[in-house]
Amino acid sequence: MIEALQFEFMQHALLAGLLVSFAAGIIGSLIVVNRMVFLAGGIAHTSYGGIGLAVYFGLPIFLGASVFAVSAALLIAALTLKKRHRMDTFIGLIWAVGMAIGVIFVDLTPGYNVDLMSYLFGSILAVSSEDLYFMGALLTLILFVVTFWYRDILAVSYDSEYAALRDVNVRFFYTLILILSALTVVIAIKVVGLILVIAMLTIPVYIAEKLSNSLFSMMFLSGAIATLFTLVGLWFSYTYDLTSGASIIIVSAVSLGAFLLFYRGK
Amino acid sequence: MSVIDIKDLSFAYDKQLILENVNLSVEEKDFLAIIGPNGGGKSTLVKLILGIHKFKKGSISVLGKEPSKSLSHIGYVPQNTNINTDFPIKVIEVVMMGHVGGERPFFGYGKDEVLCAMGALAQVGMEDFAQTKIGSLSGGQRQRVMIARALCAHPQILILDEPTSSIDITGQKEIYELLKMLNQSITIIVVSHDISVILEYANKAAHVNKTLSYHDISNKEKTFHTHGNDGHFCEIELLQMLGAESCNSCVEEETPKWREVK
Repeated sequence: MIEALQFEFMQHALLAGLLVSFAAGIIGSLIVVNRMVFLAGGIAHTSYGGIGLAVYFGLPIFLGASVFAVSAALLIAALTLKKRHRMDTFIGLIWAVGMAIGVIFVDLTPGYNVDLMSYLFGSILAVSSEDLYFMGALLTLILFVVTFWYRDILAVSYDSEYAALRDVNVRFFYTLILILSALTVVIAIKVVGLILVIAMLTIPVYIAEKLSNSLFSMMFLSGAIATLFTLVGLWFSYTYDLTSGASIIIVSAVSLGAFLLFYRGK
Repeated sequence: MSVIDIKDLSFAYDKQLILENVNLSVEEKDFLAIIGPNGGGKSTLVKLILGIHKFKKGSISVLGKEPSKSLSHIGYVPQNTNINTDFPIKVIEVVMMGHVGGERPFFGYGKDEVLCAMGALAQVGMEDFAQTKIGSLSGGQRQRVMIARALCAHPQILILDEPTSSIDITGQKEIYELLKMLNQSITIIVVSHDISVILEYANKAAHVNKTLSYHDISNKEKTFHTHGNDGHFCEIELLQMLGAESCNSCVEEETPKWREVK
């Protein structure tokens, strides 16, 4: 593995793994405590619509996927704030329609068709410098938001009704969490793919939740655990020539199983 | 001086009428118990006073202003404080959510906010648990923390929705003793199924079942006759006095329940 580090693609992969894991740890914590896991799944899958559009119009993939995912997040925020009891139906709808749009636009694109698999299961070994800038910028934004608005995000996540009574703008923070989730999902697609992203957003978080007594420590512990899983997964992928995204998820799942056995024994 | 004034208030969800022509006046330092059957509109009334729901007919004045404008002077302890117990949050962080407005540092909480929250925790006897995860507390302890959160804003009125519904008998007693102590300086409104609270602690009682009937019960000796030598009060008598005979669930009760008054 050490000799692999001299390759630029491997350096990029490690750096991308680090940036995305931390973003996923922090945002995954917010997704889990706000019970938005299904919602994040919906946003992840619908972002394929953005990938299809970007391919068709010849735009950067990140740009297309981000715009599409954020639009979906805003739509879901507007719908769920109004009709909370029908939320799961809307999410299911957006989930499937986004993917369908993506598939259709990739079909319509003349000539060489992009490899659908690389978006579904990730392609961490093909991370470009621009991708890294995008990931770095997003992680910076996330760190800024959770530092500056920590108490408001905590209040909204723990007890949104009470937060509203204390003059916290619940709609704003709910929408903000969704937008950051959408952007995190987009960068995580590069590492684990849009189908596997949900595991990356939840497995490290589940372990961290058990070990933390504040949201703050949960977010950073999740980031650290996700990083560890990504690096170990990457090593497995390199050593045994396996798909990187799937390797990361299997490493996470096996670790979770081991953790649960050990934790229960305590 | 009356702190809450409700006049001719009616409220409906969609087309279902929940409250009809409700009139209520709460005086300073009252201990008001709001009782009534499930679905009778007790919680709805509280949410109207807090300005969470908007009404179309009638008027509500809280401390001389409309409800949403006096929010910072009302402490609220919501129903179901047992939700979200997995949430990784410390007791002190929950209490500090009670703060409104004021200066805030770039990150986290100010020193005065921490001091104020610790003070509120001391008031409810939970200061030793400030750094404990909220999920590891018992139901009664958690309820005290929620009361501390409400006290954090130095309220003039404290409203509690079913504060003892999931707490054991000893815990209930402790909560009511705490409220009695707080009542020396704060107006208290408690929504409850538990009629014993009215007999022992409240000085006013309101029965809500679409309409509201209201009674001063501060002089308990005069209000209720006692049965036998052991000094029991009759709950059915209280319910009838408050107009609860229109409530099916109360009438169907075959045998009166007796409860001891200490």
